[in-house]
Amino acid sequence: MDITVNGTLHSLDLPDDTPLLWALRDGLGITGVKYGCGIAQCGACTVHIDGQAVRSCQVALGDTWGDVTTIEGLSAPDALHPVQQAWIAHQVAQCGYCQSGQIMQAVDLLSLNPTPTDEDIDQVMSGNLCRCATYPRIRAAIHTAASMMREA
Amino acid sequence: MSRLGTYTRRGFLIGSVAVAGGVVFGVRSYRANLENPLTAALGPGEAALTPYVKITADGITIITPRAEMGQGIHTTLASLVAEELDVDLADIAVEHGPPSSAYFNGGVVEEGYPFPATDQSALAEFARAQRDIPAVFLAYQITGGSTSTHDAYEKMRRAGAIARETLKAVAATRTGLPVADLKTQSGAVVLPDATRLPYTELAADAADVELADAPALRPKSEWRILGKSQDRLDVVAKSTGRAIYASDIRLPGMRFGVIRRSPYPIGTIRSFDATEALALPGVEAVLDIGTAVVAVATTTWAAMQALDAVTYDWTPPTYPADTEGHFAAIAAAFATNRPNSRQRDDRDVEAALNGAATSGAEVIEAEYRVPYLAHTTMEPMSAAALYQNGGLQIWAGTQGPTVARREAAKAAGIEEDAVTITTTLLGGGFGRRGEMDFVQNAVKVAIQMEGTPVLLTYSREDDTSRGPYRPAAIGRFKATVHNGLPVAVDVSTASPSILKGINDRGGSPASIPDIVPDFTISQALWDQPYGIENYRVTAYRSDPLLPVGFWRSVGASQNSFFHECMMDEIAVAAGRDPVEMRLDLITDDPSRRVLEAVAEMADWGTPLPEGRARGVAFALVFGAPTAQIVEVEQTPRGIRLTHAWVAADVGVALDPRNLDAQLISGVSYGLSAAIGEKITLSDGMVEQSNFHDYPPMRMYQAPPVTTRILENAPHIRGAGEPGTPCAAPALANAVFALTGERIRSLPLGDHIAFV
Repeated sequence: MDITVNGTLHSLDLPDDTPLLWALRDGLGITGVKYGCGIAQCGACTVHIDGQAVRSCQVALGDTWGDVTTIEGLSAPDALHPVQQAWIAHQVAQCGYCQSGQIMQAVDLLSLNPTPTDEDIDQVMSGNLCRCATYPRIRAAIHTAASMMREA
Repeated sequence: MSRLGTYTRRGFLIGSVAVAGGVVFGVRSYRANLENPLTAALGPGEAALTPYVKITADGITIITPRAEMGQGIHTTLASLVAEELDVDLADIAVEHGPPSSAYFNGGVVEEGYPFPATDQSALAEFARAQRDIPAVFLAYQITGGSTSTHDAYEKMRRAGAIARETLKAVAATRTGLPVADLKTQSGAVVLPDATRLPYTELAADAADVELADAPALRPKSEWRILGKSQDRLDVVAKSTGRAIYASDIRLPGMRFGVIRRSPYPIGTIRSFDATEALALPGVEAVLDIGTAVVAVATTTWAAMQALDAVTYDWTPPTYPADTEGHFAAIAAAFATNRPNSRQRDDRDVEAALNGAATSGAEVIEAEYRVPYLAHTTMEPMSAAALYQNGGLQIWAGTQGPTVARREAAKAAGIEEDAVTITTTLLGGGFGRRGEMDFVQNAVKVAIQMEGTPVLLTYSREDDTSRGPYRPAAIGRFKATVHNGLPVAVDVSTASPSILKGINDRGGSPASIPDIVPDFTISQALWDQPYGIENYRVTAYRSDPLLPVGFWRSVGASQNSFFHECMMDEIAVAAGRDPVEMRLDLITDDPSRRVLEAVAEMADWGTPLPEGRARGVAFALVFGAPTAQIVEVEQTPRGIRLTHAWVAADVGVALDPRNLDAQLISGVSYGLSAAIGEKITLSDGMVEQSNFHDYPPMRMYQAPPVTTRILENAPHIRGAGEPGTPCAAPALANAVFALTGERIRSLPLGDHIAFV
């Protein structure tokens, strides 16, 4: 099974029905993507396929229809994505376990809606759980990232 | 070689020791023969003592021996050292320490003493001063009880100060200049001509000079780092997917294990059939580990599939099969008339209650209930372990590495010396990672898979439906009200014992005999600073039921709900404003001030628009007086939480922005549970398994939370837990104010619809 992740083509010897989440984490050792529930209830496993946010626990490896981007491939270390910069500026992370998924979801949100309202943010981000309840800072960081991206 | 340094008021012995290319500064405490956690990593002829600061030619490392589970403790502990050492946080590295009794946590033991936090008597002060001694012997390297900052506040600053002065002494020797002419700044000793001698270049000599006297710690007015908001040291790693949790440990040849514990928590496996499972692709083993079955495979997914293909025969449950049976067992504890503790018995409650009829006082009484709760940390339990050549290596996000090492050795049947534990970042703790099960189980797997590193993962379903849990509990009160104030209050609580559960599961640093009262059952119920004439607080311990353990804010998570809803009922009966009545009763000045602060923040007392209402609660928890107001609104889709305000007094605010985050997190954790979380049983099995039926609060439900930190209390305190206890009562009291319905059992969402 061939799959392109973060611009690199990988060959994986795993059953087609293996969820992309586990193919990435256990097959390729790409661990920025997290397991939280396995049933699309928490969003910790969010990655992009062809730029669109998906729950990687729900996509079978054999059904992966495009290039996969995980948080590791979102940006270069010396040129972080504006969403990551805003996350750092607002000091969003606490335990941090859900934040890869939060960031990948927020990037997708801003690509579709460059000027989201609080309600827009709530609607899109409510699929991503955070037990530390960093929600107020996530919301603020998304607004900051939106203005950074508009000005860029 | 290691030398003894300065004996300080608190009994810390500061020392230094050479390591390859540099020096370690550290702290010994008391005259215990503490082990040296770095010794194993050092070469011949070298020795180490409790390290807090390590300086070599390669850089400066601060060892932060508390688990980073989201609360920002690594940044705060590093700040304590950096403040005195004169280094910039951006220029240092931090490491979790290895397990060592030297990293004891004196704060945890203090929390267990039978003195209210407001008691400044000589006896209580003496007890606090002595807290470190038992802590050392108990080897409490524990992160919990909101104790990390007050445990470290003095000793980590002192380690930094002595390191700084010693480096200055090295520079003085090298340059021939008097020490008094030298300054320090940003990781270097600065000479009068502005020449900078970096610590990293001085470090190799520092182990050979006499340690400087312990200088006075810098006063708050001179702080550069402390007292100001700092960027978290882990924030970049956690925003780029590079932060490593136990689940992320990957080793050459690693295999992935998934556990299936008995659906009847506490039960064991009688037999199982893994024939089908072993035929599945990628499955390498299906192991009997006594209390559970573990499948080992080439991916976690394959192991999960294998577990579903196994047929199991579990031993039946020994506890009641349904939720009502559990509450009946808890209620039975009251009927025994054998209190586990009665820590408050002011004046004569019986006489006051009996005399109410003749005195014209009104008598009110009620019963409250809270359910079992799961922690549901975002990262399900996990640990990696490798057993080879008689040595056991473990990677785990544990809140208690010394106990974990002991339990690992016990599970493996080897000596503790043969066990090394690397503490990773924790994907949430909330008390769950103070349990030892995931370490014990990972070790049992590693022993059977000798030579192969295995990462053991709990599925979310296993994590949610097997426990341990916050205890279910019942609270009862009877009170008399006269002339606008309570005259007598008799409040009691019953629940299974957390300490017994933890003791039986191997999570306790030292054996806890059954005769010791479980202070968690009555926590935050008996020591509240209300001046009520006749005031009695009694705690009852039920028989063991489901496995129960520490959950964010522990006993306060239920007792503040009982106590503060009671105070609201009393205020209603007394015809009083609930803030004003509490202010009339509170005897402790910092406590009064947090309540005044939160009332001012929320504009308490000003009229609200139609369909909105507020509730208030106060609690003195983990030494930090905390007050909360929650506002709710009736909408067509149910009750919406519009805002929460919280004021807490932590004595000294080391990092305001992080304290803000901790309070918001604590409040939200409590609100989440109050709205919709519960663990229930039928047929002996827990009915919840994942986030669809155990629903934590999501972004659209989370209200804005406004925080204020006060610094009037006499001791520094942590903020990881104080936000949680008042959330449920403030919300329940707000719902009463809105609807007139007094909901006396959680979650509130069982009784009324929320958005």
